Amino acid sequence: MTMSFLSLRALTKTYPGNVQVVRGLDLDVAQGEFISLLGPSGCGKTTTLHMVAGFANPTSGHVFLNGNDISGVRPEKRDMGLVFQGYALFPHMTVAQNVGFGLEMRKMARAQAASRIEEALEMVRLHGLGGRYPRELSGGQRQRVAIARALAIRPQVLLLDEPMSNLDAKLRGEMHVEMRALQRQLGITTILVTHDQVEAMTMSDRIAVMSEGKIAQLGTPFDVYDRPASGFASSFLGQTNVIPGRVTEMREHCAMVQAGPCLMRIPHAGDKISGDVGVYIRPERLRLAAVGTGNLSGTVKTRLFLGNLWLYEVESALGRLRLTSANLGEQLPQEGEDIGLSWRDEDLRAIPGERANG
Amino acid sequence: MADIPTPRPGAPWGLSAPALLLFIGVLLVPLALTAVLSFNAFDGMRGIQPGFTLANYAEVLTDGYYREVFIRTGLMSLGVTALCVLFGVPETLILARMRAPWSGMFLVVILGPLLISVVVRTLGWSVLLGNQGLVNSALQSMGATHEPIRFLFSMLGVVIALTHVLLPFMIIAVWSALQKLDPQVEHAGRSLGASPTTSFLRVVFPQLLPGVLSGSIIVFALSASAFATPSIIGGRRVKVVATATYDEFLNSLNWPLGATIAILLLLANIVIIVGCNRLVERRFKQVFAA
Repeated sequence: MTMSFLSLRALTKTYPGNVQVVRGLDLDVAQGEFISLLGPSGCGKTTTLHMVAGFANPTSGHVFLNGNDISGVRPEKRDMGLVFQGYALFPHMTVAQNVGFGLEMRKMARAQAASRIEEALEMVRLHGLGGRYPRELSGGQRQRVAIARALAIRPQVLLLDEPMSNLDAKLRGEMHVEMRALQRQLGITTILVTHDQVEAMTMSDRIAVMSEGKIAQLGTPFDVYDRPASGFASSFLGQTNVIPGRVTEMREHCAMVQAGPCLMRIPHAGDKISGDVGVYIRPERLRLAAVGTGNLSGTVKTRLFLGNLWLYEVESALGRLRLTSANLGEQLPQEGEDIGLSWRDEDLRAIPGERANG
Repeated sequence: MADIPTPRPGAPWGLSAPALLLFIGVLLVPLALTAVLSFNAFDGMRGIQPGFTLANYAEVLTDGYYREVFIRTGLMSLGVTALCVLFGVPETLILARMRAPWSGMFLVVILGPLLISVVVRTLGWSVLLGNQGLVNSALQSMGATHEPIRFLFSMLGVVIALTHVLLPFMIIAVWSALQKLDPQVEHAGRSLGASPTTSFLRVVFPQLLPGVLSGSIIVFALSASAFATPSIIGGRRVKVVATATYDEFLNSLNWPLGATIAILLLLANIVIIVGCNRLVERRFKQVFAA
C-alpha cells in the first residue's frame, strides 16, 4: 500500500452508547495539498480533525504522517498547527506572546523566536501589532493572530476548524482568498473542516464531502460540484432541481430516461443504471426560452431579484423548477408569463437509488 | 413600535428605597454606632462614659495580647484561603469535567453544607476531631500515630473546619470563571507543544484568576470574621479577633474596647482585601478586562 504524506486509514470513532461518529474513513492527503472536509453538522468532520490533531483517540484505524503511525502520539508532539473556530487566543498574553507561545514551548532562543514572531505576523499582515492584547483587536485581526500562531511553529500540517465562521460575509470572502494564497506560498499541507460549501470550493485542491461519518465523495471542487456522485453531494453543494424519472434504455454513452412528458438523453460514465432515478439539474443550467420552444413549457410562479441574478420558480409538467438567469440588463419574463425551458443533455445527471422528492 | 416609557426622575430612588432603608437600618446605623462607641471611654466602676478618646485604640495597638490575636487571625485566614485555593480549584475542574447527571449531583453535594447551620456543622467536626473521635481512631488503628493528634482546641482543627465551611464559596467563584473560559484554549496550548500541566498553568489558570481572586476575598473576609468555628473548636486556647471581641462585650462588659477591636478588624480586612485586589488586578490586567 503506497502511503501519501498524511494518511487516514479505516479511521473509526465510536462514543459510549455505541454512537458511531466516524465510520472507517480513508483519506490520503498529498504534501502541500489543501483538502476540505465538507459536511453538515454531525457528519463527523470535526471528530475526524480531532483524531488527526490527537485530541480524540480513534476507536480503531490509524493516522500516518510521513509513513509513521502517529495514532498514539500526544497532541503536543504531533507538530500540527491548529486554528480554532473561536480562535482560542490567550487573552492574558499579547499578540507577540500568543504567536511566540509555541516557540517558547520548543525552547527556542529569544532572538530567534522574536524574528520568527515578526515573520509570522508579517505573513498575516499584522506587523507592528505584537504589543497589543487580543481584546484590542477586531475579529478579522484576531483571526489573523490565530493563523500566525499556528504557522509560527512551522508545523507539518495545518488544521483549520471552521476558522471563518465568526467573520462577517465580506471579510470571510477576503480571508478565503488570502488564506489560499498564504497556503500556496508556504506549501503547507492543510485540512479544513467546514460546513460552508463556498469556503470549501474557493480554497481547496480537493473536497471530501462527508455524510454520516463517511466520505460521500472526494474530488476537485469542480468535479464535486459538476459531477456529484450522489444526491446528497449534489444538494449539499449549491442548489439543484431533482426530477423523478425512469430509465427506459441504456445506450453506449447515454441513458434514455423518461421523466414526465420528456425523454432525456443523459450521458453517463459507463456505469449501468436502471429503474427509478433522480434527474439532477442545477438552476444555472436551466435556461429560459420563448413560449413553444425549448424542451418543456412552463409558467413563471415567482421571480426574485438577487442583484447579479434573477431567481425564477417555474411551474411545469416536471414539477416546480428553479432556475437562475444572469442579470445582463435584458428584458426577462414576468411573473405569470408562459415560457419555454431548455437544457443541454450534458447538464443533466441521473443518480440512481434515490427517490426524487424535489 | 411600543414606546419604552422614560422613568420619572427619582423613580429609581423610590423603587430602591425599601432595600436602601433596610441596608441603612441594619448595617450602616449599627456600624456607625459601633464606631462612635469605640471612641467612648470605659470605667470598670461606672461603665461607659460618653466623650471622645483614642485610649481604646492605643490600648489595642500597643498591647501584645491583642497584637498576637490579630496576627493569629491573619495567619489563620491566610491558611484557610490557601487551602481553599489548593482544594477548590482542582475540585472545580474535576466537577466541570464530569458528565451531565454527575456534575449537577456533586455540585449539590459540595454546596449542601451551606444548607446546614454553621454551629451544627462545627459540632459535627468536633465529634470527628476529638481525642476519641473518628479521625484519631482511624489514624491510630492505621498506626500513623501513637498519641491522638490534638485537633480540638488547636489551630489545626479550626483551620480544617473553617476550610470545609468556606470551600463552597471558592468553588462557586471559580466555577463561574470557568464557565466563561473558551474550552478550546487548552487544546490550543496543547497543539502548540505544551504538556497538559504546562497548558493548564500557562493558559487555563491565569484565566481563572478573577474567580480565584473573588473566591479568596470572600473566604479571607469570612474566616477573618468567623466566630462560631473558632469559638467551638478553638475554645479559649485559640483566641481570634471575633472571639476576643465577644469576650470584651459579654465577659468584661467593656463595650468600647470590643467596638474598637471590631472596627480595627473591619479596617484590616478592607486594607488587605483592597490591597490584594489592586495588586492582582494590575499584574493580570488583561484577564480582568476581558
